[in-house]
Amino acid sequence: MPLELLDPLAGPTVDEKDYLWTLNFGPQHPATHTTLRLILTLDGETVVKAVPDIGYLHSGFEKLGEDLDFNQYVTIADRKNYISPLANEIAWHHAVEKLLGVDLTPRCKYLRTICAELMRLSDHLLCIGAVALDLGGFTAFIYGFIEREKIYDIVEHASGQRYHTSYTRVGGMQYDVGDDWIAKVRDFVKGFPKAYADITRLLNKNRIFIERTKGIGYLSKDDAINGGATGPVARASGVVRDVRKDEPYLAYKDFDFKVPCSTAGDCYARYIVRMREMEESIKIIEQAIENLPSGPLNLDFAGKATLPDKKAVYRSIEGLIQHFEIIMPNRGVPAPVEEVYAATESPNGELGYFIVSDGKHRAYRARTRPPSFIHFSLFPQLIEGHQVSDVVAVLGSLNIIAAELDR
Amino acid sequence: MTVLESLRSRLGAEAELSYSEFRDNHRVVVGARWAYAALDHLKNEIGYDMLFELTCADYLYYPDAKDRFGVVYGLLNTRTGERLLVKTWVNEPDPALQSVVPLWSGANWLEREVFDMYGVRFEGHPDLRRILMPEEFASFPLRKDYPLRGRGERHNFPVLARADG
Repeated sequence: MPLELLDPLAGPTVDEKDYLWTLNFGPQHPATHTTLRLILTLDGETVVKAVPDIGYLHSGFEKLGEDLDFNQYVTIADRKNYISPLANEIAWHHAVEKLLGVDLTPRCKYLRTICAELMRLSDHLLCIGAVALDLGGFTAFIYGFIEREKIYDIVEHASGQRYHTSYTRVGGMQYDVGDDWIAKVRDFVKGFPKAYADITRLLNKNRIFIERTKGIGYLSKDDAINGGATGPVARASGVVRDVRKDEPYLAYKDFDFKVPCSTAGDCYARYIVRMREMEESIKIIEQAIENLPSGPLNLDFAGKATLPDKKAVYRSIEGLIQHFEIIMPNRGVPAPVEEVYAATESPNGELGYFIVSDGKHRAYRARTRPPSFIHFSLFPQLIEGHQVSDVVAVLGSLNIIAAELDR
Repeated sequence: MTVLESLRSRLGAEAELSYSEFRDNHRVVVGARWAYAALDHLKNEIGYDMLFELTCADYLYYPDAKDRFGVVYGLLNTRTGERLLVKTWVNEPDPALQSVVPLWSGANWLEREVFDMYGVRFEGHPDLRRILMPEEFASFPLRKDYPLRGRGERHNFPVLARADG
């Protein structure tokens, strides 16, 4: 076969942007921490385009909400954002109680507020620890986890479960807390500032941490509002909004606390906002635990919506009948034929439930407004133009929890 | 001037507008043909600058429901903290609405989710694909006529064999 000479002067025939290459990130990658996938288009080390691909953890939680009754669904609710399970339970029953028109007892409001703020600490500690871990600072992660362990102990003491507590019920909680629990929370409040100071000293002036987070993943105020961002992500971009202040629920209007905000809008600002929020949370817990009202925790079961105390179930016929009325699948508490949206400030942002009720004791439609889902949709615009190694910094600063993202 | 009066003066009397309240929720219902104009007015004239929620419910077995899908837009004014839920009805065989992505970029994934779960199409959406379910999935799982335990799709998913196996 005769050899053919190639024309050395012919220009490249390939597509102009052929030097771009595609990197698959996830769904199983240690730095995603959860199951999510990104398809990154790279120019060298710069991310030109990021396309998230989600749905790997989709489990039909909203469909299940149409099958399980108001009390049962709490076991699904706390599996959404499993970093702060109790906050999800509180959000769910907050919406159900709004639908039923139930007003809680003062003790229950305070107790739920304490639980919600403990969950905020737990969530922020993990988020900050994980960002630090991904950026090379292992120690802050461990310091955070020591404190989270104490929070687990407190929650276990109250509910009997460390993780998926299923602690709230319509009109109250599963169990009341005693003086030993209060002492435990007091101990935690006393010990927390030391751990907080340790994390602060490790990260706030750490040159590597600052250089890898400052100016990375900038979100402007307009984009935050237009994109639907809430919680620490929005507050770090200058959106001064907090459901706890703007539409006070539970006992939040009784307490003195501030809402930390920033206008920088980058990963470092989100980190600082979360750190400052923890200071405020500790203040709220301290005020709530010192002023915890005595009196009944749950509403009187004659109000029909609340499960009676187990003592009443076993020792009185009224209690037993009421228990059956709520538990049996063909009975149940009737709800108004209405629709309601109720929002709470979860650690990650606004966690709301939209419930459509057809009058039965289960929701006709139980929609979650998941903050992770909405924040992750902002991710492509945050990462564009940054480097591959910044992907984990931005992901961590948004605190994406895939179980809540995919539901 | 209330929100309803403002909308009525903008859209005219035939826009099937109604207003109701429940607990602290304020709700407006608007006909599907006027939905985009109403949302545009609410955003640009009245100042509801954030879309915090966009979802849907299937009213197939709902008592006294005349229409099938109720699409709900949750609007928030970040300056005053006011919320408004705007609902519009769409029906089979071709449930479709105009996309609100030009108004709020945050609507992008939320509309994809509604499309994925209910099959409501959003015209003018930049990338209307399934988001949570697999691309080849044929049904719309949150519709009321879709069974809770599925239709056996899991058993028909293709299984990838190991290359060396």
